[in-house]
Amino acid sequence: MNPMLIILLLVPVVGALLMYPLRHNVPAAKATAMVTALVEFLLVVVIWVGYDTAAAAAGTRFQYEFSVPWIPAFGTHLAFGIDGIALVLIALTAFLVPGLMLFAWAEKLPEGRTASGYFALLLATQATLMGVFTATDVFLFYVFFEAMLIPMYFLIGRFGGPNRQYASVKFFLYSLLGGLIMLASLIGLYVTSGNVLGQGTFTWTELQAIAQDVPTSTQIWLFLGFFVAFAIKAPLVPFHTWLPDAGAEAPIVAAVLLVGVLDKVGTFGFLRYCLPLFPDASQALAPLVITLAVIGVIYGALLAVGQKDMSRFVAYTSIAHFGFIALGTFAFSSQAFAGATLYMVNHGLSTGMLFVMVGLLVARGGSRLISDYGGVAKLAPLLAGCLLLAGMSSLALPGTNSFVSEFLVLVGSFPNEPVATIIATVGIIFAALYVLWFYQQTMQGPVRGNAVIKALETAGAGGPGAMIDPAVAASRGAGFPDLTKREIGVLAPLIVVIVLLGFFPGPVLDVINPSVQATMTELGLPDPVPAGGTSR
Amino acid sequence: MTALAPLLFVLPALGALANLLAGRRANAWGHWVGVAAVVASFVVGLLLFFETLGLEPEQRSREVSLFSWISSGTLDVDFGIRLDPLSLTFVLLITGVGSLIHLYSVGYMSHDPGRRRFFAQLNLFVAAMLILVLGNNFVMLYLGWEGVGLASYLLIGFYQDRPSAATAAKKAFLMNRVGDVGLAIAIFLLWLELGTLQYTEVFARIGEVPSGTVLAITILLLLGACGKSGQFPLQSWLPDAMEGPTPVSALIHAATMVTAGVYLIARTNPIYNLTETGRLVVALVGVVTLLIGAIIGCAYDDIKKVLAYSTVSQIGYMILAVGLGPAGYALGIFHLLTHGFFKAGLFLGAGSVMHAMNDDVNMRHFGGLGRRMPITFVTFGLGYLALIGFPFLSGYFSKDAIIEAAFAQEGWQGWVFGGAATLAAGLTAFYMTRLMIMTFFGKERWKELKAPDGQDYHPHESPTTMTVPMIVLAVGSVFGGFTLSAIGLYEWLAPSLGELQELEGGALPHALVPWLVVLFSALGVLVAYLLVGRRPTPVERPERVSLPVQAARRDLYADAVNETLIERPGIWLTRALVFVDNRGVDGLVNGVAAGLGGSSGRLRRLQTGFVRSYALSMLGGSVFVVAALLAVRFA
Repeated sequence: MNPMLIILLLVPVVGALLMYPLRHNVPAAKATAMVTALVEFLLVVVIWVGYDTAAAAAGTRFQYEFSVPWIPAFGTHLAFGIDGIALVLIALTAFLVPGLMLFAWAEKLPEGRTASGYFALLLATQATLMGVFTATDVFLFYVFFEAMLIPMYFLIGRFGGPNRQYASVKFFLYSLLGGLIMLASLIGLYVTSGNVLGQGTFTWTELQAIAQDVPTSTQIWLFLGFFVAFAIKAPLVPFHTWLPDAGAEAPIVAAVLLVGVLDKVGTFGFLRYCLPLFPDASQALAPLVITLAVIGVIYGALLAVGQKDMSRFVAYTSIAHFGFIALGTFAFSSQAFAGATLYMVNHGLSTGMLFVMVGLLVARGGSRLISDYGGVAKLAPLLAGCLLLAGMSSLALPGTNSFVSEFLVLVGSFPNEPVATIIATVGIIFAALYVLWFYQQTMQGPVRGNAVIKALETAGAGGPGAMIDPAVAASRGAGFPDLTKREIGVLAPLIVVIVLLGFFPGPVLDVINPSVQATMTELGLPDPVPAGGTSR
Repeated sequence: MTALAPLLFVLPALGALANLLAGRRANAWGHWVGVAAVVASFVVGLLLFFETLGLEPEQRSREVSLFSWISSGTLDVDFGIRLDPLSLTFVLLITGVGSLIHLYSVGYMSHDPGRRRFFAQLNLFVAAMLILVLGNNFVMLYLGWEGVGLASYLLIGFYQDRPSAATAAKKAFLMNRVGDVGLAIAIFLLWLELGTLQYTEVFARIGEVPSGTVLAITILLLLGACGKSGQFPLQSWLPDAMEGPTPVSALIHAATMVTAGVYLIARTNPIYNLTETGRLVVALVGVVTLLIGAIIGCAYDDIKKVLAYSTVSQIGYMILAVGLGPAGYALGIFHLLTHGFFKAGLFLGAGSVMHAMNDDVNMRHFGGLGRRMPITFVTFGLGYLALIGFPFLSGYFSKDAIIEAAFAQEGWQGWVFGGAATLAAGLTAFYMTRLMIMTFFGKERWKELKAPDGQDYHPHESPTTMTVPMIVLAVGSVFGGFTLSAIGLYEWLAPSLGELQELEGGALPHALVPWLVVLFSALGVLVAYLLVGRRPTPVERPERVSLPVQAARRDLYADAVNETLIERPGIWLTRALVFVDNRGVDGLVNGVAAGLGGSSGRLRRLQTGFVRSYALSMLGGSVFVVAALLAVRFA
């Protein structure tokens, strides 16, 4: 009984609750929220340091386990525990939140909204995410899976862009539909376990132990229930259409959490629930998932190039990235699994940074339209450089974090799924296309675009119709200023991690590897490429 | 001593970092940090070179493993260095020519407000290029490979407020990525077959791989080489890359990066040795490219574009050489080195001319510049003679060797490869003589013209930081070929590339080939003199020209083909998909709403026994939550 994970769950809950008494004292509320997020981050650091990779490699499935009975009649437990896959995802969450708070520090909120409410919802989202990644009872997981929607729903609905009502309801309905289908499967799973064991259970390890005894046809039905929920969450094409709306209308911090972390619950669910609990069904239905994944890689990329709105652009690039993650998850090799897991983390970082860059542009120009910006590199070279770095990470340039994960996904998927892998590899051309296209539209060329020009004019860099001298505007630091110190503070940790993980992914891979090996064992599959290769 | 090896790329990387992070206060000295970093790297390279030279030939290939980079299951990718004659040769070329061009850039970029950014990016390039050639496995190669792609992208788009520069940069990166896909899939195949990506193990065990797969790997690697080296069918990005500052054209798009494809094929020679078909495809690509480059080079008036197409063509020679297999690998590297010298020198000379002529690149506006800038004229002239293969200058040794080896092939290949290479040598002499005459000889046409920026032209010789590198490279262009063959370049490279095969048989007697090449080159010079030197050059480009000239001016329609086959259909597809995706939204949302009602009924039927009541209560709860949430007004 290790209380660490319970503390991890409760800290943001307490922080969120503290926002209520502090609602009239904005600076105190912000400070409290920030302290909470930093404490949470420190907790994760402690958990990381204490995580025993050797024990994981020796066969310990979960660490930091905590379990008390919850509803005895149901056989549900308040059971928590982490493996390497969950650990890197809670680390991602805890790493992102303080930076997002710093980003939101001086954000202009919609009329009548308070910062304390905003920060409370952020912390509540964080709490549910911690719960969803650490639950080892399937029912408990389901509860967090659904609970996760609520703070996000309010974040989008109360703090979002002009079209927030539509987007938040759409997000909610989609997710809820998926959740309900999963609920049906969950109950089916309980009944099935009752048939096999004599008494139903929701405990993950017990369910996993009997997974091979469940007939394939039953597995397929149960698998599909979970799959649809996760595919909506991830999202895979064709379940994706809620994401561009939600991602675009959500305030930036919520968009980062939504696309960067919350969506990962879908792909995490594939790895943690679909594969180990329904191994035969996963293998039987892998061609279907891989097809959807590869369609997503190309489809998402092409649609990204066609977008007019910056946030929707980032959302569509994410759909392409989720295709890579799903491909790796259903390619059944330890390299592909490790790659997919690392991809979840790296995508959270690179897309998080891309959304932040969009937020910084919108904060200056007041518009989300790509065509409203142009030639920004001339005015704000640091900002342009950061955007380029985020873009390079998004297109998986070697030397950035994403390369390692994309390489592992592709090299690991190739042995089992050569055709799909080749198509996905062609997707890297499209990734270059959308990143460089976006960069060229907004950053390169002469200074142009309504938002930029307006910002410069209001700062007095030139009257209406006058030639605007960008050098003058830039030297005054007015109109369209470069990054401020606070903004650099938001970006610097992201940049450092993006580059460090590009060259030194070892520490993270060491945590992930034993757990994906365990997943391979649970599937009952050998690695497709033995030591020495298939030629030997 | 091998412990110093990582410094080779760490030093320039630190130089780049220093220039990026130091901010404006480094504007005054940042460029000298950049120069020092590359020079220091060159010194380390020299130390390692002489140390290796002191070893027995069998011991000259050494590995330095730094740390485990990417590891999962049976996959283990080393972050490691391979020091062998091939990599050290490249190290000296990259850091040597790199140092000279960094020095030149101090003068060339002295008036540019972005000079610090320029040096950061140039240092980044050197670091990436060194990783490319020093890596001891295919993933390290890929790291350097895309790293130089990024540096090239940044530097082509250096004048980023020019839309044409931004477009050219994007085009270069995208066409490179097409090649990268080939390289990546080759890597996947190697790992699948052999379970390793380390050069030593792959090359030792490549014989275990089925021959069909080996052929596929060689073709895929060639695709990668075509992207990086501007070879057919991925050649059209390289001339556009001339949008970058001229030192970039000299270092990246002439001397080093664009030769990475040649390096790749030479490095993986144990794989190419196994497949004659694979080598034949390589040689064919080389032949097609060397002709394309030489033909188009005759039609342009832009001095940098002529040199760019010349580069395309000369790399075609190198690719042809490595496509000849054990008889050609070392020849390809030899030509790569001499070309590195004289083409870098030619570009620096062109930069010097542009510097003098208000950044104008149109040779029709030049004329008679030889008298105004004598150092540029002489150094450029020596580079010109080296390129066209004037006897006993460096190009004569390296290019002739390739043409001889091409003629030595059996059957139709000897005639086709040798004949095309000789013809292209004649074309090379033509377009380069045309360039020389239009730039340095004849009437001073610029006297009656205004520069594009509205000023008068005041041609003048360039400052010392620029002329010194030009002089050094000119010396290299003159003596490089002779020296390299005299000191035994082929034997030095043998541990990496195998012994150079002696030529025997073939289409023509070997003794005849040099005479033939000299004859064709002389013809090219003569024709250029008659067509260009004896007649006044119109300042405006004549539009009524023969069909071949029109085709050459349009790059033999390479861009037109790309546009019709890829760009336009792509744009339409994207638009159509956006339309469908947006339409699909409403339909799906309606479907969801309808499905919500239906699914509860279906769910109910799924359940049996007492579980049902729990399920229903949960469902009821969920519906309640939805209703509550929907009732909340956001206002």
